[in-house]
Amino acid sequence: MKQRTIRAWSAVHTWTSLVSTAFLLMLCLTGLPLIFHDEIDAALDTSVWAPPDPTAKQLNLDTLLDRALAGRDAKVPLFMSFDDDRPVINVTSGPRPDAPGRDMQIASYDATSGEAIPPKTGGAVMEFILQLHTDMFLGLPGMLFLGAMGLLMVIAIVSGLVLYAPFMRKLDFATVRHTRSTRIKWLDLHNLLGAVSLAWLTVVGITGIVHTLANPIIDTWKKTELADLTAGYEDQSVPNKMASLDSAVRQARQALPDMTLQFVAFPGGSFSTNQHYAVFFHGNTPVTRFMITPALINAETGKLDGVRPMPWYTKALSLSKPLHFGDYGGLPLKIIWLVLDLVTIIVLATGLYLWFARQRASTADIRVRRHVAPRKPAAG
Amino acid sequence: MKPIKQQRGLTRTFAAPMLIAALTLVGLIAALLGGGIYDIAAWITVGGPLIVATVLAWRRRR
Repeated sequence: MKQRTIRAWSAVHTWTSLVSTAFLLMLCLTGLPLIFHDEIDAALDTSVWAPPDPTAKQLNLDTLLDRALAGRDAKVPLFMSFDDDRPVINVTSGPRPDAPGRDMQIASYDATSGEAIPPKTGGAVMEFILQLHTDMFLGLPGMLFLGAMGLLMVIAIVSGLVLYAPFMRKLDFATVRHTRSTRIKWLDLHNLLGAVSLAWLTVVGITGIVHTLANPIIDTWKKTELADLTAGYEDQSVPNKMASLDSAVRQARQALPDMTLQFVAFPGGSFSTNQHYAVFFHGNTPVTRFMITPALINAETGKLDGVRPMPWYTKALSLSKPLHFGDYGGLPLKIIWLVLDLVTIIVLATGLYLWFARQRASTADIRVRRHVAPRKPAAG
Repeated sequence: MKPIKQQRGLTRTFAAPMLIAALTLVGLIAALLGGGIYDIAAWITVGGPLIVATVLAWRRRR
């Protein structure tokens, strides 16, 4: 590689890294506990609740919804989700169908009695960390900004890979020259750890970028895949009188008998049209458990309008979740994820150190040259 | 002659990092595809290189 080419790649590597490092460090630190969110949530949760009678029949969903909304200020139902391991429903409501997240209310209910059950405790800390990690409390602009930082990181990885060639040309893999200067030692370590985490960090980076595009992806899905269902109803708002939720879910279950019920998105919310209950199911095999498929039931007539398998881009969004957060593959994989997260922190820190060291070296160099060499007249 | 020599140099330089990258990707996808044996395969292919690299770095320090 020519000196000039190396210098150009080096500039790309330096500047994409320098701009994004502070944010990447924040993401590494907040991402660390998120790997273990299941374990941490379970440990922090001191609420004990067991169904009084596990064999009791579950109530009609319309009754459950009415009871859930009875005591609330925010009366518009947005989501109802179903726990896998216990007869519990979770109802989210808001003041309006398109209410933002901060205006939503959520609570859990015993599906056999409709009684509210004590909320899980200790969730606030993880919620805070997740929010910081997702958008730094800045909403969509924050998400997109972090996506841009992710893109810079991917460019830094590619340029780092290119620079690996000239730097490691004469060295065996994993050589760390620790008897030379500190700078050489950290450079070798930076190269080694960068090489080791290359594929992992690329996957986590790209899936993270996909996540930052979640809102545009869902909007696109609604506008294209559900367009024919809303044709002719564009100007209409949510129907005043809605058909039975219980019957809607029953029909959806019949349409997708081999899948597991996950949640209902009510008309007018972000996951449905203004006219439909979107009843979402997930698969039962390891891959398909991340994939959701909705059955759409007309909320006015109560009739099934169809099952809509998700397009590739929402499937990619679904698969990005485990690949980004590392919350799969058992505890050993989570621990490996933790190690790779720490490796990334060291790569970022050594990279920053190397930049400082070079700055210092070049200013020292200029000073020496000024003193030693006679000053040349400035070129015109 | 020079391009061939350069080529060989690049292969040598990138052999280990590319092998690690390939193993990592195989493991990350394997753990998505199933539990049990798939998970164990992932622990080995993603975690193994970390251990090997640590051992190599210790041996090759100079």
